[in-house]
Amino acid sequence: MRHQIKSDDPRAPEMTEAIEKCVHCGFCLAACPTYKLLGEEMDSPRGRIYLMKGVLEDKIEAEEAQPFIDRCLGCMACVPACPSGVAYGDLLVSYRTLQEGSRLRPLSDGIARRLIIETLPYPQRFRLAMKSGKIGRTLQPFLPEAFASMLNMLPDKLPPPSPLPPILPAQGDRRGVVALLSGCVQQALAPQINLAAAKLLSANGVDVHIPAGQSCCGSILLHIGAESEARQIARRNFPLMPDDIDAIITTAAGCGSGMKDYELLFKGQTDLQKASDFSSKVMDFSAYLAQLGLRKPRGFAAERVVAYQDACHLLHAQGLQSEPRDLLNQVPNLRLVDIPDAGMCCGSAGTYNLDQPAIAEELGRQKADAVLAAGPDTIVSGNIGCITQLRKHLDLQGKHLPVMHIAELLWAAYQS
Amino acid sequence: MNRPFFEALEKIYPTDRLLTRDVELLPYESDALTAFQTKPGAVALPVTEKEIIDTVRLCHRMKVPFVARGSGTSLSGGSLPIADGLMIGLNRLNRIKKIDPEQRIAVVEPGVINLHISEAVRQYGLYYAPDPSSQSVCTIGGNIAFNSGGAHCLKYGMTSNHVLGMKVVLGDGVVTQFGSESIEGVGIGPDLVGLFVGSEGLFGIALEITLRLMPTPQLYRTVMAAYDNLGRAGDAVSMVVASGLLPGAMEIMDRLAIKAAEAAVGAGYPLDAEALLIVELEGEAPQVEAEFAELRGVIEESGAFEIREAKGEDERARIWQGRKSAFSAVGRLSPDYIVQDGVVPRSRLGEALVKIGELKAQYQLDVANVFHAGDGNLHPLILYNGREPGALEKAEALAGEILAMCVELGGSITGEHGVGMEKREYLPTMFGPVEMEIMRDLRRAIDPEEIANRGKMFPSGEAPALQTHGMHPLERQGVISRE
Repeated sequence: MRHQIKSDDPRAPEMTEAIEKCVHCGFCLAACPTYKLLGEEMDSPRGRIYLMKGVLEDKIEAEEAQPFIDRCLGCMACVPACPSGVAYGDLLVSYRTLQEGSRLRPLSDGIARRLIIETLPYPQRFRLAMKSGKIGRTLQPFLPEAFASMLNMLPDKLPPPSPLPPILPAQGDRRGVVALLSGCVQQALAPQINLAAAKLLSANGVDVHIPAGQSCCGSILLHIGAESEARQIARRNFPLMPDDIDAIITTAAGCGSGMKDYELLFKGQTDLQKASDFSSKVMDFSAYLAQLGLRKPRGFAAERVVAYQDACHLLHAQGLQSEPRDLLNQVPNLRLVDIPDAGMCCGSAGTYNLDQPAIAEELGRQKADAVLAAGPDTIVSGNIGCITQLRKHLDLQGKHLPVMHIAELLWAAYQS
Repeated sequence: MNRPFFEALEKIYPTDRLLTRDVELLPYESDALTAFQTKPGAVALPVTEKEIIDTVRLCHRMKVPFVARGSGTSLSGGSLPIADGLMIGLNRLNRIKKIDPEQRIAVVEPGVINLHISEAVRQYGLYYAPDPSSQSVCTIGGNIAFNSGGAHCLKYGMTSNHVLGMKVVLGDGVVTQFGSESIEGVGIGPDLVGLFVGSEGLFGIALEITLRLMPTPQLYRTVMAAYDNLGRAGDAVSMVVASGLLPGAMEIMDRLAIKAAEAAVGAGYPLDAEALLIVELEGEAPQVEAEFAELRGVIEESGAFEIREAKGEDERARIWQGRKSAFSAVGRLSPDYIVQDGVVPRSRLGEALVKIGELKAQYQLDVANVFHAGDGNLHPLILYNGREPGALEKAEALAGEILAMCVELGGSITGEHGVGMEKREYLPTMFGPVEMEIMRDLRRAIDPEEIANRGKMFPSGEAPALQTHGMHPLERQGVISRE
């Protein structure tokens, strides 16, 4: 599309390139969860691109367009659906960051946002927040909606903190060396995931370094447009990674795709080279293991019927579709079933279930229905957000099926 | 938009389904032809048939023009809004109301997405045959308005061959039924379904459509042939036609289109080819196998430097995904381009391609060619840079010459995208004054206020009635006036 954008923002080239590439054909509509749900052009990728263009051309007020931009899940399903190659993610992140500086929010939104920035990236603080969350729940009816859904997400019981060893050496012949990024929210909510991933890698002949003192990768902050906070926190991990590693492994889909975008985050900033070096080594756990080749697992005594739920930031943002499925298909006595409309977001989407509870609820309900239609006895996914969301919505329907990280199930297949 | 009209609309729609703020209207100002932009007065999003009927009757009573829109994928500006007019978004009327596998029919609402029909009836071994490239997103209502085709219309015909009946609301608010559920149902009286299909929204809105379904072919065999010359690929099509074979689809892409589509989907197209011919045979296995041997012989004789067959359903799906993404994929090569949609007799395909090559050189513009070669439907995509002053005009002039050539060779200015806004001025190159007048009379008989998709198809048609007949001489002199 032609445009008349004049912007001196350093990100302007990314934004104008994406807008220029959009030919307004509408192929993205079919892939977009909010368009499917809301049925309005403003809530489609094509419509949002048009609105962002309108704001950048001074045709409409940023504030007017913002609710529609906020409703974007950032699931990136529109990106592989786009024939003309619009880098929607680059446009969205750049635009959100640009607007974030000048944005006025209602007080409660501002507080919730600050809470996210100050809490989620820090495992210790997050643990503390979860404890106080229990107190908060009694006050729930009096709190704004975003708070209420935040509190609803918290588990009833905290898992005990589980420090990871600094290194798990390869078993048998050494086939690789990696560093594991332990993450923030996930490490507090479900420390067993990283542990299972580390053990699995080690059992497959990989030296796993788990550097101490790691912090959040910054993706969750970038997701809400808190760019400088994201950079600040991301930088802390750069010097911690050992030199001679094949890959930096993450078990969280959103962290993986966020770190792969470091070049955009650090564009025109100090540490661009370091960020880029770091970024180029980032791999999702499933991608690394699939590339390495699995040592034959023992499998399960009785057949397990497993549904793999695609995390948007693995499937759409990183193009990982066959890799996790290939891993699961190598497990004896495991039958993989397909979830209908697998590419549709479950509504978790980072902090989306905090910001847009109504849409997140509906998408969660639909995903639970789709999963149940596939008839599995176990559900696995590659992202803690999806796992939490799906577990919640299955529970709401009274179907208490085990939902776990793919690393956990694979590790179980080595032990049984 | 006038106040009383708006107040009446508010009685039909709750506020969340009546869009009036600038920020809500802006994304509706273009369809897939962004060279035209008009912000509508309001957008209504009906969810029931009754709401549509009430809305059209209100528009008729208050003489407010309306445009019906499904997914907004028209390539001819067919769903471009009218300034101060109403846009009726039909995308929420997306229910498949009935599937009858025995009769092989489906009854659907106008906002149902084309591909969703085939997905819904697959379990019965059936599918809906017309397959426009945008089938994953375009709606049946729009397919009817523009009599959409697609790659496989070579064998099975366009949308008009697959609509058995429909309930419609006409531009004057009258609700009526055309056709029936039976394929023989149109036997008595004029074919009113045929009249409505392809009328570009000028007669009204289809509310409920009965579609014919086809049994899924038992076997597909899809072959790609690479040529070092576009004309040779065109000649190969003529050779296949002359051999008596009737493939399900026969498509050609040239070098630029191959490059763009390959970048979009990684279909495995030969990037060193000047032209790629895709031919697909489909039907009962023994017949397809026999035909395939014959087809292979014809293609080998046609001078292809490489012949490759799709191995398995995945590869076949990717070949088609690439072809169907080709228009949009050209966005990777150029920010601006015009998609043309001319038709030439398929026996003169080679000739037409040579001529396009000459025009391209003369205008010094890049042209990517993608076309439904089997039925002579050309889609030259003229690439230009909208930032260069005069570039659009130059591209439009080239497009005009290509269309003139199509008419000269005995073809048409549109194969499947319709006239819409884009080709209004070219309509008289195909039809004489008498034919034009018959079409206008027909329109006025059905929609006397000319409110349904006003301004489309007829040349410079903001208010076609006045422009056709002109003002009364006394009116022109200011002696009399009409309200």
